Amino acid sequence: MMSLPHLLPIVWACIAAFTVLAYIVLDGFDLGLGILFAVEKEAHARDVLVNTIAPVWDGNETWLVLGGACLYGVFPIAYGTLLPALYAPIIAMLLGLIFRGVAFEFRFKAHSQRQRALWDLSFFAGSTVAAAMQGIILGALVQGIKVRNDQYAGGWFDWLTAFSMFCGGAVVIGYALLGACWLVWRTDGELQARARRYAKPLALITIAMIIAVSLWTPELQRQYLRHWYAWPRILYVAPVPILVAGLVVVFWRSILNPAVHLTPLLCSLGWFFLCFTGLGISIWPWIVPPSVNIWQASSPPSSQLFLLAGALVLIPIVLAYTGYAYWVFRGKINNETHYH
Amino acid sequence: MHALTALELARCQFAFTVAFHILFPSFSIGLAAYLAVLEALWLKTGRQVFLDLFKYWLKIFAIGFSMGVVSGIVMSYEFGTNWSRFAEKAGPILGPLLAYEVMTAFFLEAGFLGVMLFGMNRVGRRLDFTATWLVSIGTLISMSWILASNSWMQTPQGYAIDSATGRFLPTDWLRIIFNPSFPYRLLHMGLAAFLCVALVVGAVGAYHLLKDAKRGASSSEPVRVMFSMAMWMMAAVAPLQILAGDMQGLNTLEYQPAKIAALEGDWTSRRRAPEILFGIPNMDEERTDYAVEIPLLGSLILTHSLDGKIPGLKDFPAADRPDATVIFYSFRIMVGLGMLMLLQGILGLYLRWRGSLYETKWLLRFALAMGPAGFVALLCGWVTTEVGRQPYTVYGVLRTADSVSAIALPGIATSMVAFVIVYFIVFGAGVAILLRMMGAAPHYGEAGPDADAPTRTAGTHPGPAQGTAVGRPGGGVTR
Repeated sequence: MMSLPHLLPIVWACIAAFTVLAYIVLDGFDLGLGILFAVEKEAHARDVLVNTIAPVWDGNETWLVLGGACLYGVFPIAYGTLLPALYAPIIAMLLGLIFRGVAFEFRFKAHSQRQRALWDLSFFAGSTVAAAMQGIILGALVQGIKVRNDQYAGGWFDWLTAFSMFCGGAVVIGYALLGACWLVWRTDGELQARARRYAKPLALITIAMIIAVSLWTPELQRQYLRHWYAWPRILYVAPVPILVAGLVVVFWRSILNPAVHLTPLLCSLGWFFLCFTGLGISIWPWIVPPSVNIWQASSPPSSQLFLLAGALVLIPIVLAYTGYAYWVFRGKINNETHYH
Repeated sequence: MHALTALELARCQFAFTVAFHILFPSFSIGLAAYLAVLEALWLKTGRQVFLDLFKYWLKIFAIGFSMGVVSGIVMSYEFGTNWSRFAEKAGPILGPLLAYEVMTAFFLEAGFLGVMLFGMNRVGRRLDFTATWLVSIGTLISMSWILASNSWMQTPQGYAIDSATGRFLPTDWLRIIFNPSFPYRLLHMGLAAFLCVALVVGAVGAYHLLKDAKRGASSSEPVRVMFSMAMWMMAAVAPLQILAGDMQGLNTLEYQPAKIAALEGDWTSRRRAPEILFGIPNMDEERTDYAVEIPLLGSLILTHSLDGKIPGLKDFPAADRPDATVIFYSFRIMVGLGMLMLLQGILGLYLRWRGSLYETKWLLRFALAMGPAGFVALLCGWVTTEVGRQPYTVYGVLRTADSVSAIALPGIATSMVAFVIVYFIVFGAGVAILLRMMGAAPHYGEAGPDADAPTRTAGTHPGPAQGTAVGRPGGGVTR
């Protein structure tokens, strides 16, 4: 029989993981569209890109706020050590999100080409910086963070390593892939055809980077290696790489078939899901590797229970009306200006 | 001048980002409620003017809201970056409150904002109206949670301290949420948000009335209606706000007497105390220089009795005193502006009774000048309450100096500079866009946010829910 103080952190780790995953799934393609501004230079095409997410981006970003708030309330030691440790990339991510968030509205209100070009740049750069920083944050977390007496004990630039930079690049490419696949689903005509073209090299690079990070990760902490290769554990972690490979086949067939619209997006989301699962397998039960586990990071059971009661009711409701909002704005978006 | 410490810079940075942030949610709280009322009036009366006003302010709302979202994301992480020791100790109490705010309010607002902005053609009037109300209710729920958090930090209860770690352990969540200062703060802040928007709407109305008068043209109905509604709101809410402020003052006297002593500039505790109208608090010499006083008024205001005893800063050890040199003034600016708002409300009633509400130029100029007054008063109020609860983050329990992260000075200085530059560029541009939109008069058949840019309309076009011809004129009122 497991006790409440033992069980609650496990439940909360699952909810927190779900929150982060929801954020990656929803805001990944969202940021990816901003990154694709690098190749989509034509004004009308850019409008279509932005319009495919204009009604829903606020909600997508709210998962990031929920992630922060959950960490704060449920794993305050993780919140209080991770944020100072990752101070610079977090601040840079927030500033990137500011530039890109306001550009949604501002670029439509610009009254000169020059101004509009500036807000387009702000949308592109903000999205790219935010994505890169999320990758760097992830990399810095995985490689380990120095903690002493529940406080961050490392230096100002500990987060900056070849591994974290590589993860930053991987997330930018991965999000761009999600963005391209989103466009394959939500647009038609030439834009859709271009998105298919972008998706192919992006998918190849993403897979290559997934393989590189997977081989690199066990080098960082001895513990990670055991999580993957110890017998009999290898039996139930093996499906993760196998599924990644399987999705490559499905993705490739679907991206080449002009009649298929949604499958490429689902496949690339699948890759993100599997990478995230792999990350979980590596670091569990740490929340701040290699020194703080989920039980050490937890707030008292009274806090976790109080929030759990609400989360179990509210998160399904949130998912329901988020689904409704997506459903309202479903269908292909194009720039035929029907009303003008 | 002494060099800033990391603690002071952490405080500066937090104050800077939160002060910028708070303007946008306040605007959203008030404006969402106004939009909900406008849409209700339109559906009830069918009058075009309400739809025009709804669409006019909806476009402005979209901009303000997006700035609130992005500046708010910063806040939810800044507790950790700047105040990690505070976060670890108070996180068990404040974290769940913030998470509840996200789950009950942020998602609700964000989820239905899209429908509210772009959904009229897709879901029809009723659902669009529901979305507007849900967004408005979301802003109010959000305000309630964040004020519960802030109030708990000012008047903490319902907790125990873990002796091993010094962490706060929640013992009674109802007592935590409904802490002694919460109802007063909630009321005061809610009314402030409504006043902010009433002042802005009134100023925009006044601006266009003045501009039209200058051209010798008569103003359009939407301009007159918005000015009239704003002036009704001022007349109703300004006096209520003064009452609410008084109630909060009494509550503060009970729970945070040092704050009252500092904002009054009182050094010695006494009965039959005067009210210092103006002076220069001198923290080193422990007196208020050049004080201009009204006898007995201090006791009367704070205790509602001439003989009431009011606190002095000397009652408290020097290390526990808030800095009177800041809040003495911020408090007076807030109160002064509150009195001007009351005056504006009364003048509006009087001129309406005289039948010259829309033509009296000096009133219009006054209303125009008062446009930003709500925001200034709001910021001054927050400075008063936040500086006034120093040197604590959790009042009487956890000191600010024991709350700060162990971030080195160069790091926090760099990010401070980045925040200042980015905020001035981004939010400066945002405010410029807002002012430009307000500078354009609302007109008959005002277009909504969806029709604003041609391509956005395209975004709302396809899909099975699409009906027959929609869009302008009438801005998509028919399905």
